[in-house]
Amino acid sequence: MSAILPPAERLWWKHPLDRVEAVWIAIAFAWCMVMFLMMVFWHVYGKQNLSTETYKTTPDKFAAKAQAMVDKYTVRTETDEKIPVVHPPVGSDIYLTARLWAWRPILELEKDKTYKLHLTSMDYNHGFSLQPTNINIQVVPGYEHVVKITPNQSGQFSIVCNEYCGINHHTMVGRLYVK
Amino acid sequence: MAATSAALSASATTYRTCPRSGLQFERNAELLMKFNAVTAVVALLVGGILAIGVVLTRWPAVHWLAADTFYTVLTAHGINMLIFWMIFFEVAVLYFCSSTLLRCRIATPRIAWLAYALMLIGAVMNNIDVFRGNSSVMMTSYVPMMATPWFYLGLILFAVGALIACFVFFGTLVVAKRDKTYQGSVPLVTFGAIVAAIIAVFTIVSGAIILIPTFFLSVGLIKEVDPLIYRTIWWAFGHSSQQINVAAHISIWYMVAAVVFGAKPMSERVSRGAFLLYIFFLQLASAHHLLADPGVSTEWKVVNTSYFMYFAVLASMIHGLTVPGAMEVAQRAKGYNKGLFEWLRKAPWGNPTFSGVFISIIGFGFLGGISGVMMGTEQLNLLIHNTIYVPGHFHATVVIGTTLSFMALTYFLIPVLFKRETIAPGLAKIQPYLFGFSMYFFCLVMMGAGTLGVSRRHWDMAFSGAALAYEWPGAAYLMMGLVGIGGIAAITGGALFIYITVGSLLWGKKLDQGVVSPRFTPIPPTAPTAAAQTYGSAGFTAPGTFVLAMVFLVAFVLYYFINWKYLAQLWGLS
Repeated sequence: MSAILPPAERLWWKHPLDRVEAVWIAIAFAWCMVMFLMMVFWHVYGKQNLSTETYKTTPDKFAAKAQAMVDKYTVRTETDEKIPVVHPPVGSDIYLTARLWAWRPILELEKDKTYKLHLTSMDYNHGFSLQPTNINIQVVPGYEHVVKITPNQSGQFSIVCNEYCGINHHTMVGRLYVK
Repeated sequence: MAATSAALSASATTYRTCPRSGLQFERNAELLMKFNAVTAVVALLVGGILAIGVVLTRWPAVHWLAADTFYTVLTAHGINMLIFWMIFFEVAVLYFCSSTLLRCRIATPRIAWLAYALMLIGAVMNNIDVFRGNSSVMMTSYVPMMATPWFYLGLILFAVGALIACFVFFGTLVVAKRDKTYQGSVPLVTFGAIVAAIIAVFTIVSGAIILIPTFFLSVGLIKEVDPLIYRTIWWAFGHSSQQINVAAHISIWYMVAAVVFGAKPMSERVSRGAFLLYIFFLQLASAHHLLADPGVSTEWKVVNTSYFMYFAVLASMIHGLTVPGAMEVAQRAKGYNKGLFEWLRKAPWGNPTFSGVFISIIGFGFLGGISGVMMGTEQLNLLIHNTIYVPGHFHATVVIGTTLSFMALTYFLIPVLFKRETIAPGLAKIQPYLFGFSMYFFCLVMMGAGTLGVSRRHWDMAFSGAALAYEWPGAAYLMMGLVGIGGIAAITGGALFIYITVGSLLWGKKLDQGVVSPRFTPIPPTAPTAAAQTYGSAGFTAPGTFVLAMVFLVAFVLYYFINWKYLAQLWGLS
């Protein structure tokens, strides 16, 4: 007669449902379908879907492409470390490298223009956390993730590393400008 | 007397019938349960002490520990709480749900002790290694960041032990069937434990598949473990181990409804069907951790993150209704029929076994469940991936859901299994409220901070020493301060629990152990009663619970769409 005893009726699966249960199951099932379809719907009509375009890469290969971009489009440097600020052409492939414990280079983008952002890590896992916008993407070594981004606000943004990557994890902050 | 002891030694085991609960404990199983449960509480104590370091460092105004100590403490806190405390306790629950509820002897007690020994050695090895400071890799230990070989070896030994314990549990089910200690189907609670054990086997095998190569990597036997494959398979272990907890604590909810109210499941078919959905779909949730990852296709993410089509969420929503529903039906049968909620008002709120479970159900659903579905939605995950929202969510599921349920069950087990009177009953009465409500607060403010973007696993939100530091908004600092305060309150509640349980075992008044017999007493067949037939599809037997479920649904729908609105304001991503 209770949940800690064997069911009283041997044919318990023939026991009728109570209406409370039946109604709730129907409602819950409908809600589950709404949530499932919402994800599909957003892929068709929504504007924020994370790309899954990915390539295997190596630190050398990626660094060469990133360096080529830096050499061509650096407009100035910032801080004592002379971190290059790169203003790439609208619509181009742009490269952001995560390594212990920095994001390089500083990118300068234009508002409402689309870029193909290539992300990888040179060493451990890192986390791309764009603040204060709050877009968070995992950065995995050995994989080049290509994400199309279209900034819709201008200003100064920070890229906080939000995947634990060792003792100086908290110093790993990058910058990005949108004009 | 001599004849009895001869008979005792001949049959090698004895069965004790607890005079307080009527439950029958086999000697070997009883000892194994006690050792596993006590070891679990020791792990909880270690994890709880470490929690002080974590919250006092993340509280910006205090910022207590140095960075290296903080990461060591955080690693040890996670592993002790999420793995050692939970799994030791779950092994005790598995033995209880098989040997005790089915009134049979435990299968192969020696092998069960071997399982315990392996788990203990593994847990101690892993802890020593982490505390030596060279394996501050967090519980997830993502390659290529490496711990020492001892770290992985400890986890592997622990997992092998846990796997053996699962098979002892399965063997015990066979013993019960063969000795005909019960008739018909196993009780619902045992059924839930079987689900937990099946999920545990899947989980542990996944862990072995990824931790064994990583161990080989750490000793130099192989050259590389792919970081993305590591993440994919590690989470089949890491997330699924939390699903063991879900199946286990929901079984405990049903058990507590049964022991406190004598409640029977509203419908065996519905509750068991919901558990079955867990077996089929709950595992897919490991995808939740890969939604912001490169390399995994959209279709894979959508199907898996939704547990195929949210069928596991459906199962949890069903349990969320049927557990309080069963309580309501039992209470109404006792005459608490006035209005929608008399059954709830007249519930034994002073009994920590009940109050703990009820606070657990509400918190697990409203805080853990809703936030979990939100963050497990493919696109919405972008908002919170790796922010402190994530620990906010899982403290609601594994602390409010699992830990609080385990605590509630422990109050029941102190007199029944440990044969001691609970010391400080007044404190025991308030403990679930203090712990539960401060955890509610703690989880809410963590989610608040996470919504503002604050990172998890991060030593310094002021970014001291960074060339390009970011300034978090003042609200984020406020939230993290509240996380510190809520955390300390919850730790106080946890400390009370440790004091009450350990104190009761050491100094509690010894209670009568009951009749000991060399033979088991089979469970008498329960005749279908008239009461069992009085409700069915014609009734609406738990209207109060239904109203609560509707409140839950409204909260769920609102919060879900608020987050889509928030997502729609972000930069375009495609």
